[in-house]
Amino acid sequence: MAEEFLKIQNVSKSYAGVRALNKVSMSIGKGEIHCLVGENGSGKSTLIKIVAGVVKPDEGEIIINDKTFKHLRPIDSISEGIQVIYQDLSLFPNLSVAENISLNQLIEEKKQLVNWKEIKDIAEKELSNIKKEIDLNERVENLSIANKQLVAICRALIQNAKLIIMDEPTTAITKKEIDYLLSVILDLKKRGISTLFVSHKLSEVLQVAERVTVLRDGKKVGDYNADELDYDTLSFYMSGKKIVSSAFSYEEKPGQKAMLEVKNLSKKDDFKNINFQLKPGEIVGLIGPLGSGRTELALSLFGLNKPDSGEIYVDGSLVRIDSPQKAINLGLSYLPEDRLNQGLFLRQSIQNNLVVTILKKLLDRFKLLSYERKYKYAKEWVDRLNINTPSLEVAAQALSGGNQQRVVLAKWLATNPKMFILDSPTVGIDIASKNNIHNVIKQLAKEGMGIIMISDEIPEVVRNCNRIMVMIDGSIVKEVKAVDITEDELFDILSSSQKR
Amino acid sequence: MLGKQLKQTRTTTLFILMICAFVVMSIFLPDKFLTLSNFQSMSSQIPEFGLLAIAIMLAMLTGGIDLSVVSTANLAGVGAALILTGSLLPQLGGYGEGLVIILAILFALAISLLCGLANGFLIAYIGAPAILATLGTMSIFSGIAIVITKGYGIAGFPESFLFIGNGTVFSIPMPLIIFILCALLMALVLNRTSFGFSLYMLGSNPVAARFSGINNRGILIRTYMLSGLYSGLASIIMISRANSIRPGYGSAYLLQAILVCVLGGVDPSGGYGSISGLVLGIIMLQVLQSGFNILAFSPFSKNVIWGLMLILVMVLNFYSSSSSKRPKKLKT
Repeated sequence: MAEEFLKIQNVSKSYAGVRALNKVSMSIGKGEIHCLVGENGSGKSTLIKIVAGVVKPDEGEIIINDKTFKHLRPIDSISEGIQVIYQDLSLFPNLSVAENISLNQLIEEKKQLVNWKEIKDIAEKELSNIKKEIDLNERVENLSIANKQLVAICRALIQNAKLIIMDEPTTAITKKEIDYLLSVILDLKKRGISTLFVSHKLSEVLQVAERVTVLRDGKKVGDYNADELDYDTLSFYMSGKKIVSSAFSYEEKPGQKAMLEVKNLSKKDDFKNINFQLKPGEIVGLIGPLGSGRTELALSLFGLNKPDSGEIYVDGSLVRIDSPQKAINLGLSYLPEDRLNQGLFLRQSIQNNLVVTILKKLLDRFKLLSYERKYKYAKEWVDRLNINTPSLEVAAQALSGGNQQRVVLAKWLATNPKMFILDSPTVGIDIASKNNIHNVIKQLAKEGMGIIMISDEIPEVVRNCNRIMVMIDGSIVKEVKAVDITEDELFDILSSSQKR
Repeated sequence: MLGKQLKQTRTTTLFILMICAFVVMSIFLPDKFLTLSNFQSMSSQIPEFGLLAIAIMLAMLTGGIDLSVVSTANLAGVGAALILTGSLLPQLGGYGEGLVIILAILFALAISLLCGLANGFLIAYIGAPAILATLGTMSIFSGIAIVITKGYGIAGFPESFLFIGNGTVFSIPMPLIIFILCALLMALVLNRTSFGFSLYMLGSNPVAARFSGINNRGILIRTYMLSGLYSGLASIIMISRANSIRPGYGSAYLLQAILVCVLGGVDPSGGYGSISGLVLGIIMLQVLQSGFNILAFSPFSKNVIWGLMLILVMVLNFYSSSSSKRPKKLKT
């Protein structure tokens, strides 16, 4: 291994009595690509903030370039060449690309007047260093997230970065953009610049990293060379639990009719000529990148996005779904993509969240809500889905991601749906909960529910669905049985057809 | 648990504050504050702006606001007055006083429902922000009232109509009885009907409400109609108490009603607030109000005080919510 750039020794940090980090040590070599993985709450963010000098550790020391810092200040961290690119990127959306890239340097040089030519020259040079062409005059808010990231990287490079820390850089960009980002990182490596990737997407971690440090509950599980890890061992290290995911087996019963059929459904700018069937007991995976029209299609089926043309049949009869109420009456439920905004009433109690879809069932003979029934129904679902909460009165925002998602799942299951569309059901959820949710979904399908699972994670659809539809640019480009395709083949289809 | 505790501490704080205001008034102004006539005058003032406050609270629970409550009350009052004085439908005179009064009340309530419907339509279907929609209708409704009356007041109603605003039953003022009934009814609607439940959910997150199959538009329309209805009820008490209607009457109530809502713990961004909190707020404001009257404060200085109070409550809410309400989570 190359010479060490950064060493963290026995760092601990507590917040209000909760140990966020417990004697964690790690080191990053010069030019090394290192990954820091861990589930939500494992202490990744705290560790990054300590390295950036934003958070002061309770104990331990940080050694950068053989200089030992007991109290690292943000300015020390920056002048030693550590640059953190946070998830929100911290760019100025209303300024141009050139201004964003050059601003910090100009501030550092304490220039009083703006020299536009200089701004552009600096930016152009840096962009050409990473072999990327972006219009220098474009306002940053108009760029794709991937390009924004590259701008942020350029800005970091200009400040003589020796170590670039990227916090969850791949959550919102497409496969192709991820590949580009990775090639940039490899380039940086050649220039002797180290990268610390913080992520919980395991497949990417394995693809890029040379070394991986795993955190769990504030403690370091270990450092591993990436080539000695695979998906399953890594998820074991992260969660501390052996996850047994059983494949989904679906046996088609002969003569069984489709419960949902979509014919030539089109909506301008969203999707065109969509045709598919859903039979009872099926789990159909709908996979496609962000912006492929998958969510828009789901919204159309749920009455929230009026299609321009085409037909929807439920149990063989033509229906018009123009509101969620109508969809619900037809036995259709939709677990939305954005759990926090669309799925939950964050400040309301779990109880209220659980019964919002079944108010009619809670009325007594005077047509008044019965608190007794409300409690009974809520309690029943908390138990059935193992929602881990101290009481039914806790606000939904206090729960973990996995428990929150189970609340949303439960509120729909309470309506006894025949068909269930799940849009990205396990985004941002820890591995154990993820597995639990997958098992719930498979059990529902066994009981005869028809399920459409929208996802952008390849393993998720391959392992949990019986049929997979690939959606790209508004069309379903491929439909295949899950047993007839491997994860790699699916990956190739998705990445090859992504021309943006 | 946390939410409930917080709500409880809030109501308790409010209750303690109310008692404090009461005790201070009693100590410093015992011979003027602690008198039967003062209590009777307080309890006859509470219902008017209390009903208006409930009307505003309803809109606030959805995350909106209804600035047109006083104008709605004015317009409804003018409508009722026209029938009561026989300017409208004079042929009714032959059918006896009782029928005229009932018709006048129904007419006022119908007008107020229509006003509410107009607000609801603008907000739910046109998508106008509630503050702008109701600001517009506020000036339309009061404008119509002024045009109809040409700016003059209408006075002189049948004797038995005046009982609503001035009569007492077992020495409890009639308006107070009406207010208590209306408040109880609204508490029932908010807490025990699926409409009320949906209203709270809509207020705390309209997007999630829509995704949960709640008919947001229907709920909004009904909310603003109810808000209109309560303004109409307030107008009947108002015109009966004053035995006259003058467009513009009660315009000071708007600020007070909003103040009472915020004081009573109604969240202006929607989803939170209860009738019990509101009633505590109303009583507290009324105690202060009567204290200021006894001390002979000018109406202008009262306005300054109400405005300051409104801002003070907001500031307090800001600090209490930034310190405790948002649970800080460790993010990775």
